[in-house]
Amino acid sequence: MGLTITEKILAAHAGKDKVIPGETIWVDVDVLMTHDVCGPGTISIFKEQFGKNAKVFDPEKVVIIPDHYIFTSDKHANRNIDILREFVSEQNLPYYYDVGTENYKGVCHIALAQEGHNRPGEVLFGTDSHTCTSGAFGMFSTGIGNTDAAFILGTGKLWVKVPETMQFEFTGKFPDYIMAKDIILQVIGDIGVDGATYRTMEWAGDAIMNFSMEERMTLCNMAIEAGGKNAVIEADEVTLKYVNKRTNKPYKTYHSDQAANYFFKKTYNASAMEPVVAKPHSPDNKALVRECSDIKIDRSYIGSCTGGKYTDFLAAANILYGKKVAVNTFIVPATTEVFKDLECKTLNGKTLLNIFKEAGCEIGDASCAACLGGPKDTFGRTHGTEVVVSTTNRNFPGRMGSKQSEVYLASPYTAAASALTGRITDPREMLN
Amino acid sequence: MKQIITGRAYVLGDDIDTDQIIPAEHLVYSLSDPEEKKNYGKFALSGVPKIGAGLPEGNKLFVHEGKFESEYTIIIGGKNFGCGSSREHAPACLKIAGIQAIVAKSYARIFYRNSVDGGFFIPFETLDKLLNNITTGDSLTINLEAGKLTNNSSGQTLKLQPLGEVVEIVKAGNIFEYARKTGMI
Repeated sequence: MGLTITEKILAAHAGKDKVIPGETIWVDVDVLMTHDVCGPGTISIFKEQFGKNAKVFDPEKVVIIPDHYIFTSDKHANRNIDILREFVSEQNLPYYYDVGTENYKGVCHIALAQEGHNRPGEVLFGTDSHTCTSGAFGMFSTGIGNTDAAFILGTGKLWVKVPETMQFEFTGKFPDYIMAKDIILQVIGDIGVDGATYRTMEWAGDAIMNFSMEERMTLCNMAIEAGGKNAVIEADEVTLKYVNKRTNKPYKTYHSDQAANYFFKKTYNASAMEPVVAKPHSPDNKALVRECSDIKIDRSYIGSCTGGKYTDFLAAANILYGKKVAVNTFIVPATTEVFKDLECKTLNGKTLLNIFKEAGCEIGDASCAACLGGPKDTFGRTHGTEVVVSTTNRNFPGRMGSKQSEVYLASPYTAAASALTGRITDPREMLN
Repeated sequence: MKQIITGRAYVLGDDIDTDQIIPAEHLVYSLSDPEEKKNYGKFALSGVPKIGAGLPEGNKLFVHEGKFESEYTIIIGGKNFGCGSSREHAPACLKIAGIQAIVAKSYARIFYRNSVDGGFFIPFETLDKLLNNITTGDSLTINLEAGKLTNNSSGQTLKLQPLGEVVEIVKAGNIFEYARKTGMI
């Protein structure tokens, strides 16, 4: 019997030769990540349980990335950043990306990748459900709460029930107008919001391996929207090229065995995929974009860990170049590195930033911003009955702020095409 | 570990996500300050659309204006309860509002872990149909040892699923107590 990538990584971190799905094991943690929303609660539990002078298990393995409520006048939110700062200084933590400094990055899942904290074969836990994003690097990564994070801070270990693996294979080649976002929305629509509960979503096939690291991150990011414990894509040359530019730390790559046991396997024909949206108010409420062309929108939002990376904006710029948006359109780069890309990288002689400005978009600073609503003064937050097409990952009631607003999840191509027409628009109408 | 839990039911539907349990704009309050954390009770379940708030009728407030504790102590949920974000503020806000147990068809895993590892309350599962058998406001009794949920208002009894791999953590109280008991910390 063979093992999957996830089983191999978990076994290696539990000091075992093999693990079996359903088995409970304790694993050694390589990286613990937290942010401004869950960091303060984690820190207070850590001190309560291990003592007020307790030291974290290994400062090299703790990464703190404030990203959620950054550009706000909310005093409690700002107080939470102060709590992080104080803890970082008291514990002498080397990886802290402080607000208001040159070190500030933005959305943690993308910052983890860009700062070299995602390394194949490692085990990473984070106090954010979208920590599964890092699985794009052939590692085990998953979201946890404050209590589990505090436990790791003190011990460097956590219990895990070994998940069963579901494999989604895409063979052939995706059409040019298809993005990773269409693929993950298609799969969540097929299996449902609890279709992968406590299971691994393993992505495979030549179409997947042709994706950039950014697109792979989008795929893995939304595994939690199907209830997945983690997502994983085996590391290849694309992964190693990205990782080696950003870290000198050693790592190990794993591959699933031919004879590995899968709970479920499905093969899709990549060339048959079409642009899809998730309609309000659930990520599995799938529809083809072309079936929704009569739905009027008030706003387009392009940003977040899911849809605010360089490749997402390049796609949007392709559509918006030389045109004017018909509805309020918000551009929110995930990180400061992405923001720099918008300023420097060009398309047909214009920077992406200028393409967006000339199209009439509003540009925000790098952070989670309105993806999850947040304090009242959050950039792009909904306050009324807005109908939004958004590249973010969740469209639960009230997710972007107002309980009365409606959110359609879509790819950056679809969000940009819809921004131009004021209705949900298939990008094929613009790209041909 | 409390063997008998009694209280009134607050019934919710399927896929209750953590943004409905505690909307993100409220995630700024301290969870350790005894006064400030009452805000979490105040806003617990405030994101649930009115139509689904307290089934089958809906439109029932979980926590009344100006209060931070609920008159309900047991939540009845559908499938995939607690899906979405990893915010531990979700089980915390329910506990602060006075919730002692949840019985649902199934849970999203992070919420389930957080409830158990943080020792907030026991997330019970049942294969029996909940929605037609329990109405918001019904008086319920959970008997842990017997693994049963009794609806005192109708006399009907439902079977609870065994707690499985988390039972030892539940018995110890939380993950830290479990680790102390087993000599890990």
